[in-house]
Amino acid sequence: MSRFNKGGGKEMPEMNTSSLPDLIFSILFFFMMVTTMREVTLMVKFDKPVGTQLEKLARKSCTSFIYIGQPIENLRSQFGSAHRIQLNDKFAEPQEVYDYITVERGDLAEVDKPFFTVSLKVDHHTPMGIITDVKQILRKAYALKIVYSANKPRE
Amino acid sequence: MGKKRKMPGLNTSSTADISFMLLIFFLVTTSMDTDQGLGRTLPKPPEDDQLNNEIKVKERNILNIRINKDNYVMIGDDYASLSDVKERAKEFIKNENNRPNLPELKPKKIKGLGKTMMVTENHVISVQTDRGTDYGVYFMVQDALVAAYNELRDELAKEEFGYKFEYLTDDQKKAIREVYPQKISEAEPKKYGGQQ
Repeated sequence: MSRFNKGGGKEMPEMNTSSLPDLIFSILFFFMMVTTMREVTLMVKFDKPVGTQLEKLARKSCTSFIYIGQPIENLRSQFGSAHRIQLNDKFAEPQEVYDYITVERGDLAEVDKPFFTVSLKVDHHTPMGIITDVKQILRKAYALKIVYSANKPRE
Repeated sequence: MGKKRKMPGLNTSSTADISFMLLIFFLVTTSMDTDQGLGRTLPKPPEDDQLNNEIKVKERNILNIRINKDNYVMIGDDYASLSDVKERAKEFIKNENNRPNLPELKPKKIKGLGKTMMVTENHVISVQTDRGTDYGVYFMVQDALVAAYNELRDELAKEEFGYKFEYLTDDQKKAIREVYPQKISEAEPKKYGGQQ
């Protein structure tokens, strides 16, 4: 039938892609809003403990993080496998937490200072000794609001 | 200069690629993890003159939870498993039958509820760990304690207002919190079970 004859028929009109950039820009803006920049490269490995009664962190901009765990595989030969504290991009001793907190809190705006929170991201095998030391120093530094970071149980 | 020529439209077909690149860049450099956890407030650092006189709390008002370096949990004077912590804590906080070994009940006028309730106002739950205790176990105990408080608050909220605690208004929440104030002590570190 001639109806299906395509010889020399009309060409398929090209799809209009002029709105594609806008679409992708909106996805981009969405991601920029819901995500935060990754501040540090992790040098310790931590499996966070699992808890059921968790609250969401209220203000991420007023939060400083302290990571405690074993050094990651690549750094084991250099730093051993004992649990270490990581502040920013380097390993630290418990005493250095004080300075870290002072600096971090100093960076905040005056209005945000009462909301300053320290989030402890700690591996669940870490002995409490380190954490107790850190907590005592946090008390001295008057960083009294802390959060034990944890994961939700998997369904 | 004769006829006006029509300006050809700018070719924008690559804008999509550019914005894709930006998108992928952001996907790689950002993290989406919403941080969750248990919030705690540490006590203020001790003043020098306070160092030696610890606040005295009646023995019946303290629930001691100890975890030794082998991660055994002790509640009061006997060994317990992690799953017991929540029930024991609830029993302790509520002291429903006014038992003498549980914290003392005191009448307290709660404005938000418009009545006086018997409240174990002075109770303290103290969690003590050894330096060798696993953080995971400590965390699970803390989680269980918060769960105990949350369940008690939920129960009371349902009884008084007919809703779960999280759906109440701020004033109602405050009233409930007055009945069950969260008192978990971040105790000074001590050494337990170091020697066998």
